[in-house]
Amino acid sequence: MSFGMKIIYNGLSIKRSEIPVAVGDTFFQGILDAITAGWRVCSYFGVPTADGATLYCIMSARGGSGELGIAATSVGRAFPSLAKLCPQVHLFEREIAEQCLVRPEDHPWFKPVRFLKPLCEGTGFWHASDGGGLIPGVMDYYRVEGDEVHEVAVGPVHAGIIEPGHFRFQCHGEEVFHLEISLGFQHRGIERALIGGPSQRSLHLMETIAGDTTIGHGQAYCMNMEALTGVFSSPRAETVRGIALELERLANHTGDLGAIAGDVGYLPTASFCGRIRGDFLNMTALLCGSRFGRGLLRPGGIGYDCDAGIAEELQKRLDTVRVDVTQAVELLWSTPSVMARLEDTGIVSERDAREIGLVGPAARGCNLNRDIRRDHPFGIFRMSQIPVITASTGDVCARAMVRWLEIQRSLDFLDEQVRHLPRGGYCAAMKPIAPDRCAVALTEGWRGEVCHVVLTDAAGLFERYKIVDPSFHNWSGLGLALRDQQISDFPLCNKSFNLSYCGYDL
Amino acid sequence: MTNTIIHIVLALAMPPLLLGVIGKTKATFAGRVGAPFLQPYYDIIRLLQKGSVFSTTTTWVFRAGPLVTLATTAVAALLIPCGAHQAPLSFQGDMILYAYLFALGRFFTMAAALDTGSSFEGMGSAREATYSCLAEPTLFFALITLSRLSGSYSLSPMLINISFGVWLNSGAALLMLVGGMFIVLLAENCRIPFDDPTTHLELTMIHEVMVLDHSGPALGIIHYAAALKLYVLGAFFVHLALPYASGNWLLDWGLFIVSMLELAVVIGIVESVMARLRLIRIPQLLVAATILAAFSTLLVIR
Repeated sequence: MSFGMKIIYNGLSIKRSEIPVAVGDTFFQGILDAITAGWRVCSYFGVPTADGATLYCIMSARGGSGELGIAATSVGRAFPSLAKLCPQVHLFEREIAEQCLVRPEDHPWFKPVRFLKPLCEGTGFWHASDGGGLIPGVMDYYRVEGDEVHEVAVGPVHAGIIEPGHFRFQCHGEEVFHLEISLGFQHRGIERALIGGPSQRSLHLMETIAGDTTIGHGQAYCMNMEALTGVFSSPRAETVRGIALELERLANHTGDLGAIAGDVGYLPTASFCGRIRGDFLNMTALLCGSRFGRGLLRPGGIGYDCDAGIAEELQKRLDTVRVDVTQAVELLWSTPSVMARLEDTGIVSERDAREIGLVGPAARGCNLNRDIRRDHPFGIFRMSQIPVITASTGDVCARAMVRWLEIQRSLDFLDEQVRHLPRGGYCAAMKPIAPDRCAVALTEGWRGEVCHVVLTDAAGLFERYKIVDPSFHNWSGLGLALRDQQISDFPLCNKSFNLSYCGYDL
Repeated sequence: MTNTIIHIVLALAMPPLLLGVIGKTKATFAGRVGAPFLQPYYDIIRLLQKGSVFSTTTTWVFRAGPLVTLATTAVAALLIPCGAHQAPLSFQGDMILYAYLFALGRFFTMAAALDTGSSFEGMGSAREATYSCLAEPTLFFALITLSRLSGSYSLSPMLINISFGVWLNSGAALLMLVGGMFIVLLAENCRIPFDDPTTHLELTMIHEVMVLDHSGPALGIIHYAAALKLYVLGAFFVHLALPYASGNWLLDWGLFIVSMLELAVVIGIVESVMARLRLIRIPQLLVAATILAAFSTLLVIR
């Protein structure tokens, strides 16, 4: 069953003429049927045309087959909205409306996504009175009316050093009825800047989509470039990429566990994890000189070789840090006052998680067994698998526990890979990009699925480069987690998701 | 006279040191060096040297909040005996004044918070009002127990009366009282597990969120008044839990200072080994404190 879609695989490219362009409603019916059959939407975007847009949808098949489906359709100034039937596309449809000026008809929640100017000429659906474009955060918010209901607005300027985002709570006393999240303050126009690429800057743009997911996004870009040019990176390069990706996961998961402990006021784990996160970042710096992995990846391989000395040092540091992180995190599970805070806080049900299409640790904490490293293996993960961790309760505790278990699995993986680095070159020479092709790359960043789709034009330049950060899928999950919760638990729930603002805002 | 001067000097100078000791204890548990013991003094001095920003929506209530809080806490500091020494101010029934001086200060803090019209500060005031209502009965049961034990309605005689001899006679009652009062001490001073004085998360705060709009000298006064409150309630608690008395007046002052520092270390340890409670669990713990204090009253009255 392919629901009218072309089946492709992660990290490969196809001719654009091979993408089936459905006429009429078959495209939309195909998406609905596929979702009913357990597929999910990885990316759904539009390319503006003279009188409307061409919509592309990339879907992931149920686990095991490793198949991705791609289909396209041409629409005029409007297209039928599927958001009521499958909520996971609701944000994608709003994004299409904002970027391509085509209206999803009958959309239940038609609001701006990033408050940006469209990719094509014309006026957007939401105007600002000054005519100079939209002001982030200025829109009609959902309101609950009533004498005892009050509204709490938080942000975009926050008390801590975090990114800007606006949160509106509709509260009844301490209880939250509804949370609406408005982002877009960090919009930098990355997708627009990539049109007509690639250029010298492209990789740097990728590395800064979300600074803490440098490797996740960088690797997706490299995979796309390699698929478009037919160059393959060497096993040695793939191994180092895998090591860097897992180090990124380790650093962020450790930092998150520390931050969760800090939010409940549990000092020991908060302090130690903060330091240990630095140890992991320094290991990445050992590989490439940058704590966040900037400059490590490049199309064709890696920028810096990992010689025997580095591997030995890495091995030594991993042994020490495993002891440290185990001691620091085990304290959490053995302290009843911490567990009392984490358990039953911010529950997202498995059904809701599936419907809104959560990804990454947030999804795995809701008992959804999805992980790109296993479902659509790429790079080193084709050879060496990491077991997928799930937890069933869907609360803050589950998301924390998934992170801790993933830390252990990643450490095991690193132990094995660092010992057995393949020999060979580390960077292959690049070739010119093939024209009229489409490539799809998915990686499992530490927050979850990173999806990059590229369409090249007749000259071999990017006609459209679509990026989906895992945060794009998961922000709605945070809103759901807060339903009927205490407003004072918001920071804890927020930390347990720890989503990216800039990854969403692009 | 000398005792009165020492009492006043200590009440003025010592409170921020308690915060410094708590901070250092927490840092030690976290494996850090931590800020210097005197850091709270530096912070207060720094704030006092700054200018203030007042929102145009606020009225005199907003400006009066910190001052009234400081004034009421300072008067309470004159009512509480330190160690084995009489308090400078003492009269029959001053225990009621002691309890309601805090209530008056709290009322003005909450009024100042509501005066800003911010939804955060409104939430903070609502929380503070709820939890202080629940903490107050504990204090009164404690005062009843103590006045029954000493036969006096004045703080100085009833607190100085507590000695290891009284502990031998009414140990069970005092033990429960110590438990109840320690919970109230932590709750009233916004320490973990009730509130986290170091958090930056405005949605989770209780006390800190009410003073978000104060700046400069006003904030410095608030910080100092909070430290003084810890000192005054701590002095009350120290009488119950560590009734050292040597008979030598100078040694007694030394013992008082040591026991206050011990209390600060204990608070630091509590903050280091446990997480905050969920806000909806706080009333349960406060009610538990009330029950402990009520039973101690029952034991001495029977």
